Amino acid sequence: MDFNDTPEEAKFRKKCREWLEKNATYKDESTPQNDDFANANKMKAAKAWQKKKYDAGWAMLHWPKEYGGIGASSMERIIWANEEAKFDVPKGIFEIGLGMCGPVMMEYATEEQKERYLPPMAEGKEIWCQLFSEPSAGSDVAGLRSKAVQDGDKWIINGQKVWTSGAHFSDFGILVVRHDPNLEKHKGMTFFFVDMKSPGIEVKPIKQITGGSSFNEVYFTDVEIPDSQRLGEIGDGWKVAITTLMNERLAVGDAGGADVEDAFRWAKTQDNLGDPLLTNKAARESIADWYCEKSGLKNTKLRTMSALSRGDTPGPEASITKIVSAGKLQDIGNFGIDSLDMAGMLKTDNQDIKGFQNAWLGAPGMRIAGGTDEILRNIIAERVLGLPQDPRADKGVAFKDIPSGNS
Amino acid sequence: MNLDFSDDQKFLQEEARKFLEKEEALNRNRAVLETDNKFDEDLWKKIVDLGWTGIRIPEEYDGLGLGHLELCVIAEELGRFLAPVPFSSSVYLFTEAIINYGTDEIKEDILPKLVSGEIVGTLAVTEDLHAPTKNNINLSYANGKINGKKIAVPDAGVATHAVVVAKSNKGISLQLVDLSVTGVTTEHQENIDESRGHFSITFNDVETQLLGDEVSGWELYESLINQAAVLFSYEQIGGSQASLDMAINYAKERYAFGRPIGSYQAIKHKLADMYIALTLAKSNCYYAAWALSTDAADLPSASATARVSATKAYQLCSKENIQTHGGNGFTWEYDCHMFYRRSKLLSLNIGSLSNWREKLVTSLEQSNIN
Repeated sequence: MDFNDTPEEAKFRKKCREWLEKNATYKDESTPQNDDFANANKMKAAKAWQKKKYDAGWAMLHWPKEYGGIGASSMERIIWANEEAKFDVPKGIFEIGLGMCGPVMMEYATEEQKERYLPPMAEGKEIWCQLFSEPSAGSDVAGLRSKAVQDGDKWIINGQKVWTSGAHFSDFGILVVRHDPNLEKHKGMTFFFVDMKSPGIEVKPIKQITGGSSFNEVYFTDVEIPDSQRLGEIGDGWKVAITTLMNERLAVGDAGGADVEDAFRWAKTQDNLGDPLLTNKAARESIADWYCEKSGLKNTKLRTMSALSRGDTPGPEASITKIVSAGKLQDIGNFGIDSLDMAGMLKTDNQDIKGFQNAWLGAPGMRIAGGTDEILRNIIAERVLGLPQDPRADKGVAFKDIPSGNS
Repeated sequence: MNLDFSDDQKFLQEEARKFLEKEEALNRNRAVLETDNKFDEDLWKKIVDLGWTGIRIPEEYDGLGLGHLELCVIAEELGRFLAPVPFSSSVYLFTEAIINYGTDEIKEDILPKLVSGEIVGTLAVTEDLHAPTKNNINLSYANGKINGKKIAVPDAGVATHAVVVAKSNKGISLQLVDLSVTGVTTEHQENIDESRGHFSITFNDVETQLLGDEVSGWELYESLINQAAVLFSYEQIGGSQASLDMAINYAKERYAFGRPIGSYQAIKHKLADMYIALTLAKSNCYYAAWALSTDAADLPSASATARVSATKAYQLCSKENIQTHGGNGFTWEYDCHMFYRRSKLLSLNIGSLSNWREKLVTSLEQSNIN
């Protein structure tokens, strides 16, 4: 056992760090990061950074050379990400495009389309979003109802998508819709990519419980999509969507925000009935448990990296990451706020208190986005532990005949 | 980056698993539980013959001269099969104490006999119905002899020797005692996992050999426990995995309301939570194993982290395995209760969950995690 890079990894890490040191500054860990891309300056900075990376070959390491990558290994991607994370650079804006839309385009688009769309995606010139969830299709994404009707060499789309991150600043989106409600649920869907500036698309931001708006509702009214923008065969929509969702589950990792170090630092100084909170037995037990969870996730990641470094396929361990980190985030936010007793209600300029309140308000979203706690437990139980699927009321029935409640 | 065991270590683990499977260690555990034997003598002899008691003992003392990592993989398998043998007492605690604190003379005398099985050791600390601390050790040490009583000493029925925590007018010390001498009275104490006997030992003017010095015994004890916690944690994750596997198999085979109970989300989510707790514990154990094998500066927090998460995982997995089995799980006939019992034994033998959480936070305060 050791924590050293192999000589090749060390060489690659050095190369990453040298380039980053020349082109960016190290993060100041004491200032909270803010990635509000509604702010035009932030967006400009994010695009500029992506372009810089692209020009130097760092933007999409694992992509083939012809689309702007260098064909890097998984381990090299991780090393780059580790190194980049130490620097004060914009992030969070291109992930959906590069992490989910890119792989689908790579697999299903024509050669001509790949040459047209992938390089600007990698370069940050064009931003992509993912149009899957609908008001009546959340955990059960395949329950989507937005309609596609074929009309010669084009399709007419009507319906509504929801929870679309970044739709308000995206140039393109990947879209799955129902082309035939008379077919079985999973057989009646078809997959497209769409120009977000098409006539008939209307984007409305959703106000979240945090007060911010990272997501949107997207309305489609008689939107035309050329058949050439179909990805996969007619009726293969679910198969194509699954490729994307698998990539999403890999992409949605640790819930960032207040963590055990923050709770610990805070408890050392925060007064609790005349003594520091850290002398309180209940506080100490909570901190011990959060520390074990945080270390457990960190060491799980190291095990995954060890497998990649050896060239093996990692085990399923990483599937626990979001459940554990999102729950911990919520509890730590709650702990910090409670420590203020009645005054915990108040918004203040104190960065620690802000951190706890943001954690508490944001964590419910983390427990839902990219697979709810419950769906993730189903996935662990069925795919990792091998338990049988639930009997389903939506198999072998035409989509239009599936009970749908009133939503 | 390689947070994993080597191929040789994995091979050793595989061999250990095959051996314990072939020996039907689980059935042996039940046999010990149901009779007055306090351990399985035959299995213990075979384990000694395989050399496992000498894994960490240097070759100059007839041992295998291997490291803590080899001990970790063996511990995981012993935990998985609930082996009813005094391995944790004799190897993780007694042997390590002799290796760490024994004089050359003591090592020459004791270590080869631990390898051959002539000596079986244990550790005697507790004196009353509460956690031992620096301030409540009363067993006295004076003029080279000890007087007093220890309770809840695991495996003392088979042990020939013990390391005893004692107090003199100078402070706390660790004393090496031959339990066969006059003045030592060992009595069985009924306990909640009789597959591993627990005993009281009364010492009446018994001669001892000092391990370390007469003042820093408590620190030596703590350091010994911090190391042993990693090995106990490996037994705990072995037992957790076995409990989870039992629950999974039962959930696939048992039908209720016309379908396998494992198809109900109430069961799925329970088992997923067991998997999550076990995965966290296992990953923390890997790190602690590395810290133990390299004597890393953060061993105290690493071992406490492994210990807390492994205790939590085993307690969760063993109790929810019973729950998944429904009424069958509550019967003596099914094996579920043997894991439930062992999870408690392993979680108490070197100190409770709550006290290990406290140790963890104390070590974080000392190292200042922010």
